Amino acid sequence: MVRKRLIVSLLLRNGLVVQSVNFQHTNIVGDPKVAIEFFNAWNADEIILLNVTRDDNSTSAFHAILEHVARHCFLPLTAGGWVRSLDDANRLLRHGADKIVVNTGAAQRPQLVTELAQRFGSQCIVASIDVRQIDGAYEVFIDRGRTPLGSTPEAHASRLAAAGAGEIMLTSIDRDGSLQGYDLDLLRAVSAAVDIPVISFGGVGHWQHLVDGLKAGADAVAAGNIFHFTEQSTRAAKHFLRDAGMLVR
Amino acid sequence: MIGIIDYSAGNIRSVKNALSWIGSESRLIGEPRHLRDVSGVILPGVGAFGPAIAELERTGLADAIREWAIERQRPLFGVCLGMQLLARRSDEDGEHLGLGIVPADIIALQPRQSARIPHVGWNIVEKARPSRIWGELDHATCYFAHSFHLAFAEASDIAVYVAGKTNHGEQFVSMLEHDNVMGAQFHPEKSQSDGLAILRNFVDAAQSW
Repeated sequence: MVRKRLIVSLLLRNGLVVQSVNFQHTNIVGDPKVAIEFFNAWNADEIILLNVTRDDNSTSAFHAILEHVARHCFLPLTAGGWVRSLDDANRLLRHGADKIVVNTGAAQRPQLVTELAQRFGSQCIVASIDVRQIDGAYEVFIDRGRTPLGSTPEAHASRLAAAGAGEIMLTSIDRDGSLQGYDLDLLRAVSAAVDIPVISFGGVGHWQHLVDGLKAGADAVAAGNIFHFTEQSTRAAKHFLRDAGMLVR
Repeated sequence: MIGIIDYSAGNIRSVKNALSWIGSESRLIGEPRHLRDVSGVILPGVGAFGPAIAELERTGLADAIREWAIERQRPLFGVCLGMQLLARRSDEDGEHLGLGIVPADIIALQPRQSARIPHVGWNIVEKARPSRIWGELDHATCYFAHSFHLAFAEASDIAVYVAGKTNHGEQFVSMLEHDNVMGAQFHPEKSQSDGLAILRNFVDAAQSW
């Protein structure tokens, strides 16, 4: 049986890891190279590195960081941010990414997902969906949470899966940085709408929230902020998951 | 010196980084003549079967790999898509002919309850029999990312080729080894200590070949 994954999600702004609350970047955590060295040693299962700099001129600096951190990362390394074309994806892979995250580019042009899947295989393509609750209804947002797409998360997830995505990364913007746990209703709905793996992200404030996410149907649970400030954080999280009866590595 | 086949659809750098970590020198092989002076060849892979085999055929690398493995009987290690490319044919996105080095075909994993496809994540590789790439390991926990798998039609070939098996809704071949031809469906370069041990076993086998 495939193990449930614990993923560290690192948001990079101008080359530095930042904390995020409701998609607003708060304080700077530090150097991504140091962070990845620790998580590589602390039994994390995968690392997602997202370039959230609000400027597409940032991509070459991001590639340089990716290339550097990949040198000592013997875990799967997934990268994204500003992927709009096959070339953008290929550059991330050439600089050391194992998988690609697409979000706004895929929402604006689902054919991009198909093109990426045909070239690199579905298993290489993670389609990311950011969701906000508006008047009680879930709505997908693109452009790092600024623009409503006009689609429900379930419909958008199904469309991306049909286009060839290999995984869905589902983020609740409302829960981001809230420490209140994942939005489990949202997670259940999207998990039921697709038959590809779903990664849950946004809101973890306690290790129990990771267990809740897995029980609600996530194949992998991701967090960012919570992992940064304690020694052996991901190792402790894995122990907690194992003690709670979850099948982890 | 290990050669890594560079056909612009692989996670070449990850493999090179892992080899460097275990202290093995490596060189990217972008054209057939670069195969001189290497002791073993790794065919890596992140990609779709069709474009990958087309690129290998176009560059002449496909013939060079066949000559390396079949005529010269030199050590070859296919990783993930690289292992699948060793097969006769694949059903991925239309039918494609492979390198034809291993008498198997590539077919889709079937989605089942609690076995979502693609199979992405860490899973157990069970040892089917002792072999060079297993070395001292009894089993391994490795990282997988794939929707297709390698299937043998003949029971006699299974006995000869299959070195490891993994379960994801169904049991599939996750490691193979027959004389000089080896393969892993998982990514040893991304599977921490177990994966690095397997890579080291291949490098040791190649260097003493």
